[in-house]
Amino acid sequence: MADEGRIFQIKIITPDRVFHTGSATMIEFNTAAGEIGVYKNHIPLTTVLAPGIVTIHNDGEEDVVAAVHSGFAEILPEQVTLLAEIAEWPDEIDKDRAEAAKARAEERLANKTEATDVKRAEFALRKALVRIDIAK
Amino acid sequence: MASMRDIKRRKGSIQSTQQITKAMKLVSTVKLQKAKNRAEQTNPYFNYMYQTVTSMLAKSGTIDHPYLRKGDSTKKAVVVITSNRGLAGGYNSNVVKLVTECADFHTDDVEIYAIGTKGKDALERKGYTIREDASEIIESPAYEDALALCKKVLDDYVSGKIGEIYLAYTHFKNTVSHEPTLIKLLPVEFDEEEISRAAESEVLMNYEPNEEEALDMIIPKYITSLFYGALVEAVASENGARMQAMDSATSNAEEMISDLTLKFNRARQGSITQELTEIIAGASAIS
Repeated sequence: MADEGRIFQIKIITPDRVFHTGSATMIEFNTAAGEIGVYKNHIPLTTVLAPGIVTIHNDGEEDVVAAVHSGFAEILPEQVTLLAEIAEWPDEIDKDRAEAAKARAEERLANKTEATDVKRAEFALRKALVRIDIAK
Repeated sequence: MASMRDIKRRKGSIQSTQQITKAMKLVSTVKLQKAKNRAEQTNPYFNYMYQTVTSMLAKSGTIDHPYLRKGDSTKKAVVVITSNRGLAGGYNSNVVKLVTECADFHTDDVEIYAIGTKGKDALERKGYTIREDASEIIESPAYEDALALCKKVLDDYVSGKIGEIYLAYTHFKNTVSHEPTLIKLLPVEFDEEEISRAAESEVLMNYEPNEEEALDMIIPKYITSLFYGALVEAVASENGARMQAMDSATSNAEEMISDLTLKFNRARQGSITQELTEIIAGASAIS
């Protein structure tokens, strides 16, 4: 059993459902400014999410892992809320589709033309990489 | 008085119409259940989004941001969400009425972004400009659809083609009550009360990278979530409205059938009486 004083609440909400609610002693995720890890009593912070893996650590229990793409996080001393546009559990990910998406995005970046939306292709590539990474 | 055959034919036609309305009612009841669940699942995301945006704005009231000030153009964009199919009572016409009767809207400075062919056709007839038609997304709204729509509208807003953005849809209160609603999306306007309450209750929040960039990123998401919420609610309302319309159509048919049955029996009795009188009269003439 984890030390009561270190536990805080986690909520991950997507447009289609309440993806996850639970408690944790630490949460790690990827923001636009880099990866961060949050413990209880963090200063209040609102930050923009980047595609990446969310890892929720809870002492004595297995880590909860999910893929989250774009959205933002609201961090309060007692609670962390992730508002994600897309969130997936590892077993929901279609690895073949992610591989295909990765190949497509790489090809688009390799053969750049005027019409290529580089930002979009890079975003797609990052999403695909996160999916492949977590589905392993 | 109508003949027995006429009444019988009419009764038959009403009966088969009733079968259709009954089937349609069952179909929309099932669809309503699904749509209602979906609308309920979307709610937490939207509520949280609203809270976050209000509390952000409460503290950043002085920021000069394109999304927060009025655009230069006098054009108003109205996103109108209706359905692709009729037979839903006043569902579509109520939304259309909301747009046509709003005092601020004049046919020449309103641009319609239509979702749902019923609303699009009605507004087109009344002389409004249809700028975009995305009717197919109402069939099964996905978050990506709302995202694409939001991008189009925001691009027009940022590039100065339109100065204000409105959203007209049917708010799903509960299974039996749906309310046509018109809300202003941009420039963002919030209740003064809500803002002051948010300002009081919130802890001092920090933003990363900084407030303006966070706002830049969160407002489009906020608008998208509004679009998505409106789409999902509109689908629920459509099916609710159709269910009610078909329910009353079925019971009206029931009433007409019982009325016609009465008339048919009367006509039958009348014809038997007449036949009898003729036979008796004939027999007495012979004897």
